[in-house]
Amino acid sequence: MIDKLSWIAVYPEIVLLGMACLIAMADLFVTNPRRTATYALTMATLALVALLHGLYALGGQTIYAFGNMVVSDAMGNWLKCFTTIAVMVTLVYARPYAQVRDMLRGGELFTLGMFSLLGMSVMISGNNFLVIYLGLELLTLSSYALVALRRDNATATEAAMKYFVLGAMASGFLLYGLSMMYGATGTLDVNAVFKAVASGQVKHQVLVFGLVFVVAGLAFKLGVVPFHMWIPDVYQGAPTAITLLVAGAPKLAAFAIVIRLLVEGFLPLAFDWQQMLGVLAVASLFLGNLAAIAQTNLKRMLAFSTISQMGFVLLGLMAGVVNGNVLSAANAYSSSMFYIVTYVLTTLATFGVIMLLAREGFESEEISDFAGLNQRSPLYAGVMAVCMFSLAGIPPLVGFYAKLAVLQALVSSGQTSYLALAVFAVMMSLIGAFYYLRVVKVMYFDNPITATTVSAPLDVRAVLSMNGALVLILGIVPGGLMSLCANSIVQMLKT
Amino acid sequence: MSLLSLAIWTPIVFGVVLLALGRDEQAGAVRWIALIGAVISFLVTLPLYGGFKIDTAAMQFVEKSMWIERFNVNYHLGVDGISLWFVLLTAFINVVVVIAGWEVITRRVNQYMGAFLILSGLMIGVFCALDGMLFYVFFEATLIPMYLIIGIWGGPNKIYAAFKFFLYTLLGSLLMLVALIFLYTKSGGSFDLLTWHKLPLSGTAQTLLFFSFFAAFAVKVPMWPVHTWLPDVHVEAPTGGSAVLAAIMLKLGAYGFLRFSMPIAPDASREWAWLMIALSLIAVVYVGLVAMVQKDMKKLVAYSSVAHMGFVTLGFFIFNTIGVSGGLVQMIAHGFVSAAMFLSIGVLYDRVHSREIASYGGVVNTMPKFTAFALLFAMANCGLPGTAGFVGEWMVILGAVKFNFWIGFASATALIFGAAYTLWMFKRVYLGPVANDHVRDLTDINAREFLMLAMLAVAVLYMGIYPKPFTDVMDVSVTELLRHVALSKLN
Repeated sequence: MIDKLSWIAVYPEIVLLGMACLIAMADLFVTNPRRTATYALTMATLALVALLHGLYALGGQTIYAFGNMVVSDAMGNWLKCFTTIAVMVTLVYARPYAQVRDMLRGGELFTLGMFSLLGMSVMISGNNFLVIYLGLELLTLSSYALVALRRDNATATEAAMKYFVLGAMASGFLLYGLSMMYGATGTLDVNAVFKAVASGQVKHQVLVFGLVFVVAGLAFKLGVVPFHMWIPDVYQGAPTAITLLVAGAPKLAAFAIVIRLLVEGFLPLAFDWQQMLGVLAVASLFLGNLAAIAQTNLKRMLAFSTISQMGFVLLGLMAGVVNGNVLSAANAYSSSMFYIVTYVLTTLATFGVIMLLAREGFESEEISDFAGLNQRSPLYAGVMAVCMFSLAGIPPLVGFYAKLAVLQALVSSGQTSYLALAVFAVMMSLIGAFYYLRVVKVMYFDNPITATTVSAPLDVRAVLSMNGALVLILGIVPGGLMSLCANSIVQMLKT
Repeated sequence: MSLLSLAIWTPIVFGVVLLALGRDEQAGAVRWIALIGAVISFLVTLPLYGGFKIDTAAMQFVEKSMWIERFNVNYHLGVDGISLWFVLLTAFINVVVVIAGWEVITRRVNQYMGAFLILSGLMIGVFCALDGMLFYVFFEATLIPMYLIIGIWGGPNKIYAAFKFFLYTLLGSLLMLVALIFLYTKSGGSFDLLTWHKLPLSGTAQTLLFFSFFAAFAVKVPMWPVHTWLPDVHVEAPTGGSAVLAAIMLKLGAYGFLRFSMPIAPDASREWAWLMIALSLIAVVYVGLVAMVQKDMKKLVAYSSVAHMGFVTLGFFIFNTIGVSGGLVQMIAHGFVSAAMFLSIGVLYDRVHSREIASYGGVVNTMPKFTAFALLFAMANCGLPGTAGFVGEWMVILGAVKFNFWIGFASATALIFGAAYTLWMFKRVYLGPVANDHVRDLTDINAREFLMLAMLAVAVLYMGIYPKPFTDVMDVSVTELLRHVALSKLN
């Protein structure tokens, strides 16, 4: 029997699903090339969904629903709230960009966007291997279609193909790993798996064998070395609006399934997966940062920078369990959560500026396209500069506190090897500073190639300014978001 | 809002307003707002001196409130005798720099002025912060405006200089960040500086901390051999940028030694003092010699800054009251003198657009008023009695002789080099017959330049003739610091 509580847990998702179907239908009757009606409806829906998630999160209750298939907890609700807002912001930035590229002809951008959001929500709330996988597939299938949205564009189609082939393989990895786990433990329920693993009755070898595949699948979704091959190509090849849809919000969902699977499911195997994450993190920091230096295409540079930033997230995740002691788990995982939330916030603004500068027939994705932006538009140059300094981890911008939190988690473990990792990460971020500074250099020190002023619709201008301001304001008062992450992780660990 | 917060945030708020003002069409209004902002920011620091009690080493004007609860980071401010003068100095130099950039800067005036005002607020924040993380945030944040100042308004090779400045200093401070987090963990979750001062630490931990801090502060001071960024950056930076860099930013590093290295790791400081003294002496003697052969005026003054800062670190690490006080006085004096030297070069550069010594000669014939100022500052730079430059160097040498005669002797001979390179440059640039047409066409300084140089001249003379207000303030704090450093913290 499905009780009343179960429905409460998924109200926002139901609203989202219903409205997504409704908007897909309603869009058939919209003739306006700007799709104003579709846009407005989508925004209203997403705002309502974000509000609901926010209210649930503030309520702070943990509800298990549908026979433990999904969970609605503070961490999940906050992440869902942020994901929804991120998708909203993405769509605001994307609309003018998509319009001049004839990507608004059908309402697919909006409906597929909403379905991918639904996929993310399901991933975040999944408490069962199959539910998590279901959400993941909903997200990735929508994303494949979105990347190929400009079907007459060769690079976009190529990117979609690559994304699809590699993505399908990664899903296969994950599914294979999960089925190994299922075989070993006899259950798909995350909490039951935890109990089975913790009991020590299951053969360790089998578990670790499955774990390798799970971690590989997750690493692919996060895009860390050596499973990063798709990131640069998809980032560069996809239309910028879609790049943001793939690069922004889904990172939060990917983080959530990492927590759900590795922490809630396989925490007793922490020693094993922490080692794996350690290798991935070091490789990502190293390769991501070095490869980014060589890029001249801004989107490709940001792709490599993402790889290195995800390395930092993994560093936070691997500091949770020290010598079998889980005392520092909350500290470590919340540092990762803070990192990824702030990373998404910064990424949104960065790609927002790239889209803003793109015009009809001009993509504005080479770093040199930003030359002298400060003279053309001090505001947008300022937003971009704030983001770059934040990604480089310079205080008083929010990216600094993210790095601080992760480094603190590493150092406080008291392990010499972790201390060495912290020093390594710090050295890598010095290299990182170089290529972020180069973007600032191009915008501020070089002379503009064109004197055209930058104009943007009011909604884009307002959201982009707020987004940039938030990167700075959260840098001056980061306490609130930090406590929020810490509290939700603590609650998650308690259950 | 209390005084220290006011001192930090007034210039920052004015700076942000200026950034928001937009285009160059309103350059006139922008300049006046910047000046008003700088003057108000300076005025609000004056009550700090008025209300300062010189008979206690405790922190004064303390403010403390929770900032980041999760890491127990506090917005904790306070000044003692060591930091008080730097707050005033920063605000004062800021006024001078705004006047110096008045009509020289014509492109993006609002961003130029805004960057300097924000920078000044951030640097005051560094001197007031009593929380390790707050200190770090201010310390690092200063890089952003300085990077932009060098890169936007700098000379032909500005991009190289801006990157060198940023990455060089970032490398040092990132190691300090790991040290701060380590201290946070060791102290059981506190970033409070005063708690750290009392925290017992093992010998190895102290040595590691000492060198992490050394990485950050030695680069900033800069000490030999990590000084190579300074000449490159000075040459390319705009005049105002050079002045602030030399007058205040270098002091952030020296201040860090007093606030972090020495009290947190006193045993390691004493153990490694020989190294610090050796590096300081090399800076004083060797870099002094390097300065002598420079052909570029700005480079010469930059090397002279390294040599003068060598006196400062020498004074600190001989661990006696007169040495440390001397180092502090030297920091303040160098703040006035180096700013004045760079602004003087700026006056010439604005007219001739050359920094080469060889492009000048006989400037006294066409710019007598200016040459009078330049002579005073040159004398102060070589430490002539009666000028600010003398007091600090004399105290440091006295302290050094007390510590070890030969160290004192070596540092005293360096004064000769100082006099040599400064006066030789003065002779080649200002004295003699008019060298070329450029010099013949020079016009003497206008009222704005006169005001700016006069402000510094008054400060230089006042400090040289009557240094008591400066030393009085420091006395108790320095004695207390040395008492603290003399005690072992080993556990």
